[in-house]
Formats: sequence, structure tokens, C-alpha cells
Amino acid sequence: MTSLVFENVGVRYGNHTAVQDFSDTVRPGEWLCVIGPNGAGKSSLLRSIVGVAPHDGRMLVDGAPLHSRSARRRAQLIAYVPQNPVLPTGMTGREYVLLGRNPFVSHFGRETRHDVTMVHDVIERLDLAELADRNIDTLSGGERQRLVIARAVAQEAPILLLDEPTSALDIGHQQQALELVDRLRREHGLTVISAMHDLTLAGIYSDRLVLMHEGHRVANGTAEEVLRPETLAEFYGVSVRVHREPDGTIIVVPSRTIDLR
Amino acid sequence: METVAHAEQGRGTAWLLGSACALVLALVIGVAIGPAGPAWWRVPLELLDRLPLVAVDSGVNATDWSIIWNIRMPRVVLAALVGSTLSIAGASYQGVFRNPLVDPYLLGVAAGAGLGATVVFTVNRSGSLSWPVDPLPLISFVGGLTAVLVTYVVGSAFGSDRSSTTLVLAGVAVTSLATAIQTFLLQRNSDVVRQVYSWILGRLSTATWGDVRLVLPYVLVSTGALLMHRRLLDVLRVGDEEASALGADVRRIRLVVVVAATLGTAAVVAVSGLIGFVGIIVPHAVRLLVGSSYRLVLPLTMILGAAFLIIADIPGRVLDKPAETPIGVVTAFLGAPFFLLILRTRQNQK
Repeated sequence: MTSLVFENVGVRYGNHTAVQDFSDTVRPGEWLCVIGPNGAGKSSLLRSIVGVAPHDGRMLVDGAPLHSRSARRRAQLIAYVPQNPVLPTGMTGREYVLLGRNPFVSHFGRETRHDVTMVHDVIERLDLAELADRNIDTLSGGERQRLVIARAVAQEAPILLLDEPTSALDIGHQQQALELVDRLRREHGLTVISAMHDLTLAGIYSDRLVLMHEGHRVANGTAEEVLRPETLAEFYGVSVRVHREPDGTIIVVPSRTIDLR
Repeated sequence: METVAHAEQGRGTAWLLGSACALVLALVIGVAIGPAGPAWWRVPLELLDRLPLVAVDSGVNATDWSIIWNIRMPRVVLAALVGSTLSIAGASYQGVFRNPLVDPYLLGVAAGAGLGATVVFTVNRSGSLSWPVDPLPLISFVGGLTAVLVTYVVGSAFGSDRSSTTLVLAGVAVTSLATAIQTFLLQRNSDVVRQVYSWILGRLSTATWGDVRLVLPYVLVSTGALLMHRRLLDVLRVGDEEASALGADVRRIRLVVVVAATLGTAAVVAVSGLIGFVGIIVPHAVRLLVGSSYRLVLPLTMILGAAFLIIADIPGRVLDKPAETPIGVVTAFLGAPFFLLILRTRQNQK
């Protein structure tokens, strides 16, 4: 299991500061959920980890600086499921999942028998055999999302980043996708960092929540500690009711604010 | 699973073998047809006779053999090299820019190379300058590469994601600029207009073994480099960000592929002139046949591109006998409608 430490990480695009002075320690095997309103810097933070957003500060994976490594080595440590993945037209599900093996194939090499077998196993384990030989253009949103997660699993990286993994899915597929991640996390001891909009789901699946606002890390703790009406009102500008179920689940419901007099 | 992988591999091998046969057939047809020389059916027999351990009486005399070997053969081989290079370069450009409508010509390589060639013709017009190496392919190469770089820089400066439109428009602008400079040079040196004009229209008709030897090294290096990138071109299909999150060095791959494709294109343009649309027709036809994975598209494009240009060169020889219709005219005649067809099918898909 692998830890990830942020030391004063900042992300800037030109004059715009997306993330400022972000420090945190994600423990091995932990599921950290980053929440916050639109534009809070959640995606930028995740993108800076995979090295596709310009950033300063340091990130340490198991104590060693992440960005002094080559892109290939980094990809062996961190798998990334973007918010809007690009699914190339005309590719089959299997070809798509095989892309996840890229970090293990040398520049001019080709996939070995091991890579092919490994992809086959991932497809079986994630119950995707039916999708494997279909053209990905013909798949539904939920099916595509499962393939993107499968590609990340084929990457065999100990850290999994998910950017809004459920935003395009209905409630059933949301649950399915998150259950899948949860199962993989337990089976493989993955460390998971996800950005989420649905606060209730974020609370249910994660071990810890970090709330971001205008690039700053403004709250940190368990669902019960972070998902408070006052906190959410302050940073989201909303009026919500927060319920605590007997089993400890925190449910966040927006309350209707129109004054009916 | 093993069986699926094997079936996939078997399918690829079948396509490669099939297209190699098509290429050999095209070669034989290409060599058999021409305005002068032996009856067409004697040529395949004579070719068989020339193979080791085969003896066939073809009735071809020494003069006829000279026509076959010194006039037709270099032309056919050069057509094969040019067709294969333009096609594989087109497919690679399309992959690296993730845009199915770009080819080296649309991005300005051809105009840049044309400008370079014009400069060589004007400076070196009497041929009295003794260069240690033939400057034509080198200067065309520099012109072509410069033009693509400008297109690329302008395209990415104005379009955040190198979108299809910005890139193609930047290519149009660069092409116009290069053509304008070329026209200016020609106005001031009207004595080379004829030379340059016949160069521009494409000229496989005067091909010699010397031309073949001249382009061969460039073609081999370029094609080899592109073929080595066929798996990575598949990785790039998920976009720059995801590809680099998958550990691919996107900038380096793009740079190497663009340089290699431009090198090959500029070299073949230098000996054959501007033969348009090959880089669009062939890769698209191949994708229709075998799907979109570059692992199979690149080698097939290379082989079928060679066969395509050999065949496309035939109407030019027989349509207007004894005059030649330039090959660039033939490919544009086939290519322009094909281009519109692709636009239409893409529109329907959306």
C-alpha cells in the first residue's frame, strides 16, 4: 500500500490560481474524497498529480518525490480516470483496456503475453467480457465508465485518481461504479483519491473528506465533521439539511429557500 | 482469450499478405503497360524468366528488355515509394494531430517543399553550381519542415486544443504564404517557370534509377521511424492529457512522428513533385477495411499506398497518348470527390 503526501502544492494557469498551498497526507489504503463547489480546484489538484497541470510544491509517493520520475514510471504508480475520458472511435473494449498497459511497454516495444493475459483477467474480474469485443462507440455511458475504470485497473498502479467518476451516471450506475472502486480498493489495497460532487455518496464511500474552496483546503475530516450545515452554507452558499442515519450515514439534502410568507 | 488474440493476429497477417499480393500484381501491371515496347502479356513471362531457377520463353528482345528495365521499372518503383511514403505520412499526421482530414499537403509541407525546390531551381538554374550532394531534396525538406512547424505553432497558438479547424486554416494560410513567395520568385526568374511548373505537376514520367536511389534512404528512415510508432499512435488516440497520464511522452512522440513524416514527404515531393490526396485516400480506405488501430493501419497503408500510386499512374500514360497526363492531376481527380465523401460520412455520423 502506498501513501501520497502533498507539500504546499499550487496550481496556476497564467494569472489564475486554481490551487494554493495544498498540504495533506493520504495514508496507505485510504480513500480520500475531495469536495467543493465548481471551480474550487478539485480537478486541478488531481491533474497536477498526474502531471498534466503545471504546479509547484512537492508530492511524495512513499516518501520519494513524484515528479522527478519519468512519465512512464509515474504512470506505474498513479492511474487516472478523468472527468470526461476520450474514447477513440472504432476501438474495441479490449483494445481500450490494453492501453492501460502502456506504462509497462517499452517505447518501441509491444505488449507481452503477460500484458494480454492481465487485461483478459481484468475484463473477466470486472465482468466486462460482453463489452470486450464490442466497438466502444456503441456502448452506454455506464458501460464506458466501467471500461475506463478497467483501463485504470489494468495499469496496476497502487494509487487511483477519480475525477467525478459518477457525474454522468444514473443512481444505479453511480452505486455500481463506486462499489466497484471500493471492492478493488479492498482487494488490491489501493489508495484512492476522488473528486466528487454528490456529498452524500462522498460521505458514504470515503474514509475522509477534504473540502476545497477557491483553491484553498478549508476543511478536513470525517463525513460527520465536514458535512455540517454551517460549513456547507459558508462555502457552497447553500442552505442544506444534514441527516444522520442510525448506521452513521450522513445524508445531505438541499432545503427549499423560497420564502413563501 | 488466447484464441481471440490469435484470431486478431491472424486477421492482420491475412490482410498484410493479401495487400502484398495486390502490390505485386500492381507492379506487374504497371510494368506491362506503356506506349512502346513488347506486347503486354510478354512482360510477366519475361519477369518470371528473370527470376532465379525459372526459365520461360517470353520472346522479349534486348531492346524491349531495356524499355522494361530502364524506363518502366524505375517509374513503377518510384511510384511505389512515393505512394507508400505519402500514404503512411498521411496516416501518421492524422494520428498525431488526431484529425482525420490532415495530410502533409494540407499542413503546408508540399507548399514549403515546393518553395524550397523553386529556390533551388532559381539559384542553381544553369546547374553550374557543383554541390557535393544534390540540394533539391535537402532544401525541399527544410522548406517542408519549416512550413509544418509554422502551421503547428500558429495552429496551437490560436486554437487551445489544436482543433481540426484551426489547424487546417493555419495550413491554408502557410500554404498561401509559401505559394506567394514562390510566385514572386518565379516572376523575377521567368526562365525557370517551365522547369518549376512541370516539377509541381508531378513527374513520374522521367523517373530513373537515380531518382529511386536518391529518395530511398529518406523513405527507409521515415517509414521505419513511423512504423515503430504505430502502437504509440494508438495510445495518443485518447488525447494528450490521458496519453501522458498513461506514461506516454506526448511531445516527443509528436515531434518525432512529424519530423519523420515530413522527411519522407519532402524527399518524395522533391523527386516527384506535388501528388495530392494520396495521404487522405489511402489511409481512409484502409480504415474502412480493417478498422482504426494504427498497428494494422500503418503497415497496410504503406503497402496499399504503393499499389495505389502505381495503378493511378497508368491512366496518365494511356489517356492522352503519346502525351502524359501528370499524375498529380489524376490523383486530384480521384481524391477531391473522395475527400468530399469523407466529409459527408463524418457529417452523417454526427
